[in-house]
Amino acid sequence: MPTKNVNIDVHHVTRVEGHGNIVVNVTDGTVEKCEWRVPEAPRFFEAMVRGRHYSEVARITSRICGICSVGHTLASIKATEEALGITISKQTDLLRRILKHAENFDSHVLHVYFLVAPDLLGAPSVFPLAATHTEVVKRALRMKRLGHEWASTIGGRSTHPNKAVPGGFTNLPDNANNPREAAKALETLKQKILDMVPDAVETFKLLGDLAPNIPTFERPTEYIGLVDDVEYGLYDGKIGCLLPDGTKEIVEIDDYRSVTNEYMTPLSTAKYAKHKMESYMTGALARININYDALHPEAKKIAEGLGFSAPCLNPYFNSIAQFIECINSAYMSVGYIDELLEIGIKDEPLAKPTKFGKGSGATEVPRGILFHEYEYDKDGFCTMGNCIIPTNQNHANIQHDFDKLLPELLEAGKSEKEIELALEMLVRAYDPCISCSTHYLDVKFTK
Amino acid sequence: MAKVKVAWFDFCCCEGCQIEMTNFGEPFLKLLELVEPVEFREAMSEKTTERINVSFIEGSFSREEDRVRLEEIRERSDVVVAYGACAVTGGINALKNHFEMDDYKEAVYGADKDMPHLDTQDAKPVSAAIKVDYAIPGCPIDKDEFLRVVTQLVHGTSKVYVPTYPVCLECKLRETVCRYDDGDHCMGQVALAGCGAPCPADGIPCEACRGFVENPNEKALEQVLQERGGLSAAWAKKKSQMFTANLRGDA
Ligand code: SF4
Ligand code: SF4
Ligand code: SF4
Repeated sequence: MPTKNVNIDVHHVTRVEGHGNIVVNVTDGTVEKCEWRVPEAPRFFEAMVRGRHYSEVARITSRICGICSVGHTLASIKATEEALGITISKQTDLLRRILKHAENFDSHVLHVYFLVAPDLLGAPSVFPLAATHTEVVKRALRMKRLGHEWASTIGGRSTHPNKAVPGGFTNLPDNANNPREAAKALETLKQKILDMVPDAVETFKLLGDLAPNIPTFERPTEYIGLVDDVEYGLYDGKIGCLLPDGTKEIVEIDDYRSVTNEYMTPLSTAKYAKHKMESYMTGALARININYDALHPEAKKIAEGLGFSAPCLNPYFNSIAQFIECINSAYMSVGYIDELLEIGIKDEPLAKPTKFGKGSGATEVPRGILFHEYEYDKDGFCTMGNCIIPTNQNHANIQHDFDKLLPELLEAGKSEKEIELALEMLVRAYDPCISCSTHYLDVKFTK
Repeated sequence: MAKVKVAWFDFCCCEGCQIEMTNFGEPFLKLLELVEPVEFREAMSEKTTERINVSFIEGSFSREEDRVRLEEIRERSDVVVAYGACAVTGGINALKNHFEMDDYKEAVYGADKDMPHLDTQDAKPVSAAIKVDYAIPGCPIDKDEFLRVVTQLVHGTSKVYVPTYPVCLECKLRETVCRYDDGDHCMGQVALAGCGAPCPADGIPCEACRGFVENPNEKALEQVLQERGGLSAAWAKKKSQMFTANLRGDA
């Protein structure tokens, strides 16, 4: 029997970063309202960077998001470097890739274990699991700690990394006194990452057991993410846009506005985005759908073991995609460390500006593609800033998923509680980091 | 010993300070032997109606509608701790307080700037709305300092210790080459210590993310930034708007 009336009101959906609301009214089988709302307090970063020196800008925009602060720092630096005509060294490029993979691992561990696993294990949060699933929680904490150490070795800190600046890194890895010590620190890091493999395998088994609890739901949409010649698109590349029929379009970073097409809606303080279809998805699932072939063989093995095949049209599988990416990030970083050790770490000065103008930069943060763009005056002070964060790009896609999912749930005769959980889990799967732009997640169902 | 009931709340911020708490590794479970988390929106679906012993608040007070939520938290809690620069001083959010509101709304939202839900006011510390018992500064907080404060609170201390001397002192102690000797600038002379001076050690200037020491000599800072740091007069003047906008004489 289809469900006829639904009235749910969840204020500030929990276990997501930032604040968002869901408002749904169903009366006599008619959906009157089904809205995804983002009422976060606006923070005005684009205005705050104006008048600031290029050396300060990334340290300001890093504070857009504490979870993706490595990505914000890197996207910001890349945009600034393009604007100032700075060319970085091979060593800087490799170190940044390792740093980017560290954040991806770190954030995905947090999301998969702390925010999503409780849903799949039927617990309200990770805290009760500390008593009932002590080993799982211990493993989660160990892996999270590794992510933190991994990023800190390269960036100085994992939240708001200090050492990545326009032109390179201010210090050697681990603030080593000389290249020999730095090489040692990288060897140690490599070993720590490899030692994590047994924990990852256990997670793999856990996810395999829990996979049947992941809701079945599919909706063809456009997927957007970086495509890189060097590796699985993460730190660098061009914009890849994948349509459901398999056609792929590649767009230059400088033309990012032609992809994001931001627009305002009264539902949100965040801006929405659309490209070829009415909305698009960005994030781990989008990346994997676009870049599956470029995954590290070890990550592919995990994907196959979990029965994951690209393209996957079920947004709930974003968490599975995140775990596959964790393995990818671990093995890619190990490879980059080997490469660095092979070419030999050097104590390098920062590369200097050669001009002052306009430039844009993109990188993938855990939640999807991120764009920064700045313009500088002749003294190196910022005159314009623009940041387009992935969560905002996903908002419209979440809305369209809702529009398809709700009638399906009603048709299947799901109870109000089940519908509420399904919608919340969907939002959580996107791992929205709403604080980025602006802050709240409420589910509100009214009759 | 009964566990101390703790809750976390957040306002306008980047949530980077709460992320710092997830970086302890397995020892985090030890902390759970002492405290019982009863509310934490980002991490838990559970909510409590019982009295909260210690509430940790992250983020700035930047909308009048936040005042009610803050007052409720104050009413429900025995002790309120503001943690992170956003909550303690307004932090990076207060940088916008130096702009004309219309100007920054237009810079971000263009022609849509007048939509009513975009209204904000100056970013202020939590203490501008409610009484705050303790403050843990920093952008982000130092997780070891957080642990120390929690330990002191759990054991019923009457005073939580935060240093009052400048970052320069900690920086000298760890024998970091001064940024000024490296052709750079720095605000360590007026910045509140307690972080262990990680920024100069990482090769970047201290930007006083923890706030100022008491009675900072802003004039002298401007002068040093120009004379020894080589900053232009205009840059030196607004350098301290980054994390200490609300603490400046012109705030
Ligand atoms: S103090 Fe800094 S790290 Fe902490 S929430 Fe505010 S901006 Fe983020
Ligand atoms: S680097 Fe900064 S904090 Fe350190 S001694 Fe110099 S001025 Fe002081
Ligand atoms: S050195 Fe300065 S900027 Fe860095 S953490 Fe300490 S107070 Fe903040």
